Amino acid sequence: MNNSAAGTSSGSGDVSAPRRNSNRPKYSRFTQQELPACKPILTPRWVISVFTLIGVIFIPIGIAALRASTNVVEIVKRYDADCIPGNNTKAYKVAYIQDKNIDKTCNITLRVPKDMDPPIYVYYQLDNFYQNHRRYVKSRNDAQLKDRGKANDTSGCDPEDASNGSPIVPCGLIAWSLFNDTYNFSIGNQNLTVNKRGISWKSDRDHKFGNDVFPRNFQNGTLIGGASLDENTPLSQQEDLIVWMRTAALPTFRKSYGKIEQNLRENDTITVTIKNNYNTYSFSGKKKLVLSTSSWLGGKNDFIGITYLTIGGLCFFLAIAFTGVYLVKPRKLGDPSYLSWNRNPSGR
Amino acid sequence: MARGRRRKLLLSRLHAFACGASSSQVDVSQVGGPGFSRVAFANESNSVEAANLNYGANYVSTTKYTVASFVPKALFEQFRRVANIYFLLTGCLSFTPLAPYSAGSAILPLIVVIGATMAKEAIEDWRRYQQDIEVNNRKVKLHQGEGAFRSTEWRNLRVGDIVKVEKDSFFPADLVMLSSSYDDGLCYVETMNLDGETNLKLKQSLEVTSGLHSDSSYQNFNAIIKCEDPNANLYTYVGTIEYGDQQYSLSPQQLLLRDSKLRNTDYIYGVVVFTGHDTKVMQNATNPPSKRSKIERLMGRLIYFLMASLVLISVIGSVVFGVITHDDLQDGKMKRWYLRPDDSTIYFDPRRAAVSAILHFLTAMILYTYFVPISLYVSIEIVKVLQTIFINQDIQMYHEESDKPAYARTSNLNEELGQVDTILSDKTGTLTCNSMEFIKCSIAGIAYGHGFTEVERAMARRKGFPLIEDEESKENHDHAKPAIKGFNFDDARLMNGQWVKEPHADVIRMFFRLLAICHTAIPEVDDATGKISYEAESPDEAAFVIAARELGFEFYQRTQTSISIRELDPSSGKHVERSYTLLNVIEFNSTRKRMSVIVQDDEGKLLLLSKGADSVMFERLANDGRKFEDKTKEQMHEYADAGLRTLVLGYCEIDEAEYKNFNEAFTEAKNSVSVDREEKMEAAADSIERNLILLGATAVEDKLQSGVPECIDKLAQAGIKLWVLTGDKMETAVNIGFACSLLRQGMKKIVITLEGQDIIRLEKEGDKRAIAKASKENVIYQINQGRQLVCSSTSESFALIIDGKSLAYALEDDVKNLFLQLAVGCASVICCRSSPKQKALVTRLVKEGTGKVTLAIGDGANDVGMLQEADIGIGISGAEGMQAVMASDVAISQFRFLERLLLVHGHWCYRRISTMICYFFYKNLTFGTTIFLYEAYTTFSGQAAYNDWYMSLYNVFFTSLPVIALGVFDQDVSARLCLKFPLLYQEGVQNMLFSWRRILGWMFTGVCNGILVFFFCITALQHQAFRKGGQVVSYDVLGGTMYTCVVWIVNCHMALSIRYFTAIQHIVIWGSIAVWYLFLLVYGAIPPAYSTNAYRVFVEVLAPAPSYWITTLFVTIATLIPYFTYSTIQMRFFPMYHNMIQWIRHDGQAEDLEYCHIVRQRSVRPTTVGVSARVDAKINQTVGVSPRVDAKINQSSSRRIHHVVNSP
Repeated sequence: MNNSAAGTSSGSGDVSAPRRNSNRPKYSRFTQQELPACKPILTPRWVISVFTLIGVIFIPIGIAALRASTNVVEIVKRYDADCIPGNNTKAYKVAYIQDKNIDKTCNITLRVPKDMDPPIYVYYQLDNFYQNHRRYVKSRNDAQLKDRGKANDTSGCDPEDASNGSPIVPCGLIAWSLFNDTYNFSIGNQNLTVNKRGISWKSDRDHKFGNDVFPRNFQNGTLIGGASLDENTPLSQQEDLIVWMRTAALPTFRKSYGKIEQNLRENDTITVTIKNNYNTYSFSGKKKLVLSTSSWLGGKNDFIGITYLTIGGLCFFLAIAFTGVYLVKPRKLGDPSYLSWNRNPSGR
Repeated sequence: MARGRRRKLLLSRLHAFACGASSSQVDVSQVGGPGFSRVAFANESNSVEAANLNYGANYVSTTKYTVASFVPKALFEQFRRVANIYFLLTGCLSFTPLAPYSAGSAILPLIVVIGATMAKEAIEDWRRYQQDIEVNNRKVKLHQGEGAFRSTEWRNLRVGDIVKVEKDSFFPADLVMLSSSYDDGLCYVETMNLDGETNLKLKQSLEVTSGLHSDSSYQNFNAIIKCEDPNANLYTYVGTIEYGDQQYSLSPQQLLLRDSKLRNTDYIYGVVVFTGHDTKVMQNATNPPSKRSKIERLMGRLIYFLMASLVLISVIGSVVFGVITHDDLQDGKMKRWYLRPDDSTIYFDPRRAAVSAILHFLTAMILYTYFVPISLYVSIEIVKVLQTIFINQDIQMYHEESDKPAYARTSNLNEELGQVDTILSDKTGTLTCNSMEFIKCSIAGIAYGHGFTEVERAMARRKGFPLIEDEESKENHDHAKPAIKGFNFDDARLMNGQWVKEPHADVIRMFFRLLAICHTAIPEVDDATGKISYEAESPDEAAFVIAARELGFEFYQRTQTSISIRELDPSSGKHVERSYTLLNVIEFNSTRKRMSVIVQDDEGKLLLLSKGADSVMFERLANDGRKFEDKTKEQMHEYADAGLRTLVLGYCEIDEAEYKNFNEAFTEAKNSVSVDREEKMEAAADSIERNLILLGATAVEDKLQSGVPECIDKLAQAGIKLWVLTGDKMETAVNIGFACSLLRQGMKKIVITLEGQDIIRLEKEGDKRAIAKASKENVIYQINQGRQLVCSSTSESFALIIDGKSLAYALEDDVKNLFLQLAVGCASVICCRSSPKQKALVTRLVKEGTGKVTLAIGDGANDVGMLQEADIGIGISGAEGMQAVMASDVAISQFRFLERLLLVHGHWCYRRISTMICYFFYKNLTFGTTIFLYEAYTTFSGQAAYNDWYMSLYNVFFTSLPVIALGVFDQDVSARLCLKFPLLYQEGVQNMLFSWRRILGWMFTGVCNGILVFFFCITALQHQAFRKGGQVVSYDVLGGTMYTCVVWIVNCHMALSIRYFTAIQHIVIWGSIAVWYLFLLVYGAIPPAYSTNAYRVFVEVLAPAPSYWITTLFVTIATLIPYFTYSTIQMRFFPMYHNMIQWIRHDGQAEDLEYCHIVRQRSVRPTTVGVSARVDAKINQTVGVSPRVDAKINQSSSRRIHHVVNSP
């Protein structure tokens, strides 16, 4: 470019030998920005059909989702207050829960509102518990959990990295604060067995927690956090731990406790024997026990269904509204009086 | 002034007397004092004294960086962007435990961004460096002692060197001329690169040195030159030369300026006085500024705004965090015991909660980097480079004849092209092709010449009568006969000697004789072919002589006392040679506005031949010489209206006695040395130039480049103002103003000039202070007069014409705002005789005074300052060398390409970049808001909602390509419609697509979308099971779902906001979403040691869960509905201009001319300049409709007709 330009300028205008157009840009639709393009604009037909279409799709989904949600039977029972005798101060509750010598067994009863078909999922629900706190989330060591040889790898686990001079397996705040309330269910005198297998993700069991890694030196420190682990069971089989260590996203969360694989009839009364060990009293967290069936959509939550219906309805409404507006007030063709430069003529 | 002097000396050559004596005495008393300290030891540049002076070498560098300074300086440039500093700081901090995510993902993007930008700077500067090398290595002959001259590179020259410059080469530095190949020390200089004028200027050495003709005479040459310090004034020079124990004074007459060219002279010898950056031309050049577009500057402010809000939310977060952390431990009792607040690190220590809060502030600043789009800069760089390629590749801006496509030299300013408010244009070579063509004449009241001017063509096209047959015939004509430069006259009645058959053959003969005699041109006979060419002072003078030659009156010889022509003898039909004795030449100047010669023909008759402007000529006609006056006037009016420059020709016979009287008076006046010398000369001339007999008038076209009037018309319709800044004299400039429709009959002209009588009188008295004071007062007075005039009238349009001398005062600090107010009130502004510096100053005045975007366009080195000063500099890569192009931001080869460059590329680029930036803010705010809200749900502990790599790839993979595609390909309106509806351009000028309202609107949408996404997601995916298997939502599930929603939303939002889908758009938009899922698959398949909590999230957890898909669907739709509804309503009921055009196109009415016209016409602002305005004015005039009420109807109906015919 430069060379040829300099060349022509030195020749200063006298167009002598006709040259081939060496600098002529190549023509292509791409370089000339003339690619075939679809140029949709928001015509009334488009807008109304889009809104109608959304309505048509959303309302059935909404109905299905709402049905799924209403079909789910859910029993939620808060027990943290009931399982402490009397109606006491927070300080008393904390002292109570921290006292190792008190037997914290506590019985509550649940009434089944509707028939529940197995599997019935048992959850514990914690409230105001910040499993998503940055210090908490990071306080683990994945290598140590997976690999037997990396037991000493406790980086990031401070302050629960070592006790009595040797490393803790599994280390870190998450494992240390493992939930340790236990539930025993019975209907009348008959025990309900709770299946605690298969409550965690398979990939966690297979790939994140080693089947040859055993708990070691766990809960041996001066301060006991939560549950202890069986030193003879490999981590990959400690499903409570695995579930617990898949940290929750929000401060209110449920965790799988197990599954009850038998029918519950309406108005059955379930007696739950709770070992109320876990301290949520210091931070005023609630503890709830949840029994729930599931649908294709999961547990009980009307929100999705309602939202779908609302949006669907809104879209129908908009479709009608726009139809009306288009009919009543047809567009003034190319009326430029809205243009700002026509509005204030001072702008020369 | 300079011109006057030059003219005089040229004449002095024609006559042996008064050579040099008349040049005004230079005040040399100052030499040696402050400001005049330069000393050059001629021929002793190596001596100790010379070395002590330590003047720089002749090396010239125009680069921004040197090798050593590149890294620090370029880095400094980069980190002038506050955003980059911020990213650097967060990048560094991310290596500490403060970081909420891994360091690599934070610092890498910054390195890429900075690296890419610096590489671009380096390449651009390298190109400049190459250009410098070429210039610095040009060869010149240098005296090496012993009378030997050897060739050396320019860069080696030093002050005091004696150089020999040969014909047709450039002067390497500012030289004081010692002698030339001519005996009297004359030389011709072409100063096109300095002031754009193509005519040759005469320079002359001092008499004492003019005898040093040969190399050997410099063997023992010795002289000391003392002169002024380097300065930017091209037309002054004060100095002395000590030669042979005598001191002589030097004037600009001896100074040869760098970058001007030696012409018609075999060689000259000169002493170098200013080198390199000290030379006047370099002093005139301001430093190449690094230009940033308005949008980019506004974007900078936006980023400040974002960062301020970022600091704000970080502070809020930190305070909350501090309070909550402090509460965790009270009197040794732990609240959230699972965090072990009793044994915490400093980052979470309740006992030092304040410190923790401050550290958290840093963490938050890192976490929220996603509010500030880091990839914005690099994406914009990429987009701009691609846009540049499109500009360079545009086949419609390729000029076949010069084989040059458009060439955007910098990509920084693309979008600025869409916002130009005022164009400041050079004239010569930019609007015109820099050639004059004799096209028409009126002789004895009869109009001759069939040619059409560009203006006429343009007007005809507007009126709807394209001169098709005519154009075709002209083309055929061109093929038949090689066009003669300067001659475009076609009329069988006069050509080939046919004029003898015309009724007034004797008048015709006199007419052409006058053309052949009354001038100051010099013939040059080509020895080989015998062809004669002319060296004239100005192209129009050359055109006259050429016209005379072509019509059979060939001027072929000039001696000191005679002029010889060959002419056709009507009686014999043969060519006869005639010689006229040249008695007097009465020169042209801008007050006289005429030139005359007095000759004696073969028969001894004394003739006064005169040509001049109509204003002075008609009043000088004899009573019996007015036979054709009315008709001539009428025809001249037509010519002027067609944009031609006209001169009236007249003659008279004078008797011996009369002449004798005159000659005595004139000679006496000429030889007098008193201050009223010129007055006396003028009086003498005035006495003889009377009682003329009118012959006719000439019409010369200062040939406009093709398409210029249409282009100016389009630009005017687009609402762009055009100022013409030219070095030419006022008359020429005004003519061109007419030619390109900037001026028209009926426009009120406000002329500001210092040619008034009282100023001239003061000048004669010579008191500089008084002159300056009076001049300034005069200028202020005239400006105020003009302002009153403009204020008092609303209906008329005004044109402001100001000359260079007045401009100097008008640009003074206390006057310039007045001047600007006046100029802004005028439809056209023409500044004549302006120096390069003044051009730059005017540009700065407009730029800073109006705050609008200015574009300067020029083709010569004299425009460089202006090009650099303006927001955008456009260089015309014409014949005048490369200086303008090298200083420009975009180079085009024809003025008319400006139309496409601005209206199409400018508009597109503006729209693309502004939408792109808005979208960037939108998408990052959407994303950032979800991060912020999530952090709030973790008690502001600094935990991010998403996996590290989701976040760092957000701006790279999942959202970047659609926005780049938008920036490169989006078209609101096709090129054809852009040109059809020029007013669309106002969207850019008024910055409607990047107003605060719009930006904040986008930002608000972003924040709202973020809020909606977050709350929809956390409510839909609460604590309950989200799958049939009873599994509950964990951190990774919520993050994955929310992220999916964000990716869908920002990409679909893009799809909603563009109206131009090529396959590329489809691929990048839907592809980006697909890439997200693909990424989830691939990243999830990597062992958990790397993928951490993203391991198999998609395959195992999300994909099998219907609630994941259902949530994504409704969150996406629900979030987009408000925007969709908004844009539906806006599109339908409050359309912007481009929306209307889209409707027109969509409804298929783009072909319906009537309909288009309504839209166009109703939104067109009344234009005051351009062909349209002229046509409108003319229609109003001819139809005679009484003002305004009917005029509008009339105007619209006439327009409709134009468009019907004129559809492109």
